[in-house]
Amino acid sequence: MTDKTTSSDLTKAPDLDATPIGITTPAGGEATEARSLASDAWRELRQRPLFWVSLAIIAVFVLMAIFPQLFTRLDPTDADLAKGSDPPSFTWNGAWFGYDLQGYDIYARTIYGARASILVGVFATILTSLLGVLIGTFAAYAGGWVDSLMMRVTDIFFAIPFLLGGILFMTTFANDANTGYFVIVGKVVLVLAILGWPSIARLMRGSVLQVKPNDYVQAARALGASPWRIIRSHILPNAMAPVLIVSMINLGAYISAEASLSFLGIGLTPPAISWGVAISDSLVYIRTAPHMLIFPSIFLSLTVLGFIMLGDVVRDAFDPKTR
Amino acid sequence: MTTTTQSRADAKAAAAHAAYQPVDGRLLDVENLHVHFHTSDGVAKAINGVSFHLDQGESLAILGESGSGKSVTAQAIMGILDVPPAKIPEGHIRYCGQDLLAMPEEQRRKTRGPEISMIFQDALSSLNPVFPVGWQIAEMFREHRGLNKSDALAQAVRLMERVSIPGAKARVKAYPHQFSGGMRQRIMIAMAIALDPAILIADEPTTALDVTVQAQIMSLLQELQQERKMGLILITHDLGVVADVADRIAVMYAGRLIETADVYTGYANPAHPYTKGLLDSLPRLDQKGQTLAAIPGLPPNLLKMPPGCAFHPRCPLARERCREERPELVEVRPGRFAACHYTEEVLHA
Amino acid sequence: MGKYIVRRLLLMIPVVVGATFLIYAMVFAMPGDPLAGRCGERPCNPAFAAKFRADHNLNDPLPIQYAKYLGNLAQGDLGETFQQVKVADELQQRYPITTRLAIIAILFELFIGVLAGVLSGIRRGKFIDNLVLVSTLIVIAIPTFVIGSLAQYAFGLKLGWFPVTVSPQATWFELLLPGMVLGAISLAYVARLTRTNLVENLRADYVRTATAKGLSRARTVGVHTLRNSLIPVVTFVGADFGGLLGGAIITERIFNIRGVGGYIFQSIHSRDGVAVVGAVTVLVIVFLFMNLIVDLLYGVLDPRISHD
Repeated sequence: MTDKTTSSDLTKAPDLDATPIGITTPAGGEATEARSLASDAWRELRQRPLFWVSLAIIAVFVLMAIFPQLFTRLDPTDADLAKGSDPPSFTWNGAWFGYDLQGYDIYARTIYGARASILVGVFATILTSLLGVLIGTFAAYAGGWVDSLMMRVTDIFFAIPFLLGGILFMTTFANDANTGYFVIVGKVVLVLAILGWPSIARLMRGSVLQVKPNDYVQAARALGASPWRIIRSHILPNAMAPVLIVSMINLGAYISAEASLSFLGIGLTPPAISWGVAISDSLVYIRTAPHMLIFPSIFLSLTVLGFIMLGDVVRDAFDPKTR
Repeated sequence: MTTTTQSRADAKAAAAHAAYQPVDGRLLDVENLHVHFHTSDGVAKAINGVSFHLDQGESLAILGESGSGKSVTAQAIMGILDVPPAKIPEGHIRYCGQDLLAMPEEQRRKTRGPEISMIFQDALSSLNPVFPVGWQIAEMFREHRGLNKSDALAQAVRLMERVSIPGAKARVKAYPHQFSGGMRQRIMIAMAIALDPAILIADEPTTALDVTVQAQIMSLLQELQQERKMGLILITHDLGVVADVADRIAVMYAGRLIETADVYTGYANPAHPYTKGLLDSLPRLDQKGQTLAAIPGLPPNLLKMPPGCAFHPRCPLARERCREERPELVEVRPGRFAACHYTEEVLHA
Repeated sequence: MGKYIVRRLLLMIPVVVGATFLIYAMVFAMPGDPLAGRCGERPCNPAFAAKFRADHNLNDPLPIQYAKYLGNLAQGDLGETFQQVKVADELQQRYPITTRLAIIAILFELFIGVLAGVLSGIRRGKFIDNLVLVSTLIVIAIPTFVIGSLAQYAFGLKLGWFPVTVSPQATWFELLLPGMVLGAISLAYVARLTRTNLVENLRADYVRTATAKGLSRARTVGVHTLRNSLIPVVTFVGADFGGLLGGAIITERIFNIRGVGGYIFQSIHSRDGVAVVGAVTVLVIVFLFMNLIVDLLYGVLDPRISHD
């Protein structure tokens, strides 16, 4: 008899009566399910060209942030006023991106600008994720009035739009010429974290609330596991996926926000080299020296695109419904 | 609603129905219907050559487990399969002698509602959550009959009263979520019978309801069918529901019809082991205390159909022949058909 | 519905109080000199400093400071800059321009965004779908100020289709390009959101019912599916309004528009802290009210919400 083989096949019989397309969303939660979901997602990702493209873009810019010397021999702080706002020259030794008004080499400035953007993006993401995960998990796990209170606080922070809050903060704690590089970067990271944690906290709370009622969590609790252990080994591993994906997209958004603040003159300020500042400076000379605008714009947009695209592709792979 | 608009609506209705006249009382002829679903795992053959017919005023119950293809059959007749992934490679569905599958889409669309209509299992999700129920019923009159808003709404109230919704006039502007399950199904029914269709397809109309409400809905359906001389196709897996309402039963398994019979003989003396299994799994008062006989195993995977008779892995009578040769649906007694090599054994058991 | 409105209003009170307190704390109550960065490049002159302290009750205990600040805010008193200009008067003159700009942006993002989303959703997997998905991703990745600067260069300077900068009158036509720039990123989100919801809703049972009712495809998609799919889009536009106001600051700076955003940028530049804080606070409050309106609209669009 072929009974055994047939019956194992039978369990997979598509229930055509219910939904002809038959997309079953995994109940989500069980560790084995999560793993197979992850490996499914990975198989899906490997076949997506956008995944590799975004990874490559990110790799290039991270490398540029760490070792700008690999990309240019020039010192971005070398200025030659005589060359002020010279257009690009495509000779072997020429300045391919041209010079800005003070005679800085735009190529070198643009390369060195990656560092601030990547630094701000990475640290703001780490900080917001830490805060958000901590607060969201705590609120969801504690429940009751603690949860309500924390969610009201989240609402309040959420009520202040990103850029507006950033402007308020950075106006109050303005930089001056003596402020050091890391203090400038630190301030921007801090303000992004202050304004950015609520969205992660909400997401994390929702995700923990979904995992919490699962049998294995209840079983661990019944067996007397400590809250810390339950959170660490049962809840976090199963509730982190959405936060990780959104954090990746947010990284791009933080870079964009930093550049916007810098563009308005209150994010990064000299001596920090920033694409936002460079673009802001270029606007005045847009008629005479458009090359000052184009190159930093392209670099900035590509960096943001890299992270957002990666997050987007990964999310699609984890959530088959959106396809 | 004034009498003039009423008669105008009736005249329009009569004109609309005139295009389709049953031939010798025959409403629907399904002939050798095949439906395939193209999925990433392969082609699922949901229906493989199904033929049956429906006469005026007749009620036919199509029985089967989930995955047997009964709902897909209903959706194919209604023309609401998603194409792709669904595909109808072969077959005819003739309504009043005209092949629905060969019709231009626009012409076919106009049969949905006035000629053939359908009610679904879950009325809550099948009604649009953001429009008032009266609006949703009135839409039938506005789109198919061109009635204005107030006339259409008056018709909606009339229908809601007909299906016994208490306080219909007051509740015509209420939303689906404000009704109970039974009331929602009544609204679905009101919408389906709005344009006096010749055929009503009810796809598991009572599965989502409480037992007491189930009986009310079934008797309402029966009442309406007799009042309007509709042909009723009742899709269900619940044999209890069928007995009172249906004239004939058609049993489906793995995308094929395996038995058709009138309801009395079919129940009293099934001709196919699967039908017999279904009947034996019904709890009966006269056999209280005995264990219920469930059919072992599960319906087959449509992507990987077993050779021979699709039912053989679960059949108590299965022999070598059943694994190799698929039995055709043949007339085993006058007016009854079955697809089994050993019908006689089943009939005489 | 009445109950729903009351409940929403009650829920909003703690958020408004909390948000203004947060702003207040960030601006006035943090350690450090509250006068830093309020008088341009030079330190404030003693007369202004004394007036500033008195105006903002900086010598009172914190809760009283905040209460008095809220009182002033409620009366529309946003303080006076060191050049003795009332912030409220300045905003009064400028808000119509920013309103016009925001209207253009929202109309643009809704019309084009929903259209692109619907086209993409009903042709899922086809060329137009991929085109919309890729192009919206690119638009989302480009910060507003880059889009604005490039648009000004391309459409204003090179092609000459639009004025490069906006005159003090700020006519609707002059605000067209800035408005489209302002709405561009939100447009991309609206398109994607519409698409996702449409695709999901097209699988819903009630769409199958609509088809079974013999409705045309256009009506099934355009009335039955779209109405449901637009509910989250409306929520998004409300939540995104804050981003739009931030974007207005950037857009007005690029196109030299004399609206509220342009005022904030100028004030940032001249380090006029009183003006920045006053104007931004007003924008935050406008955002909160806009959210309330959208919340109420949500109740109208989705009957399941308001009747509960």
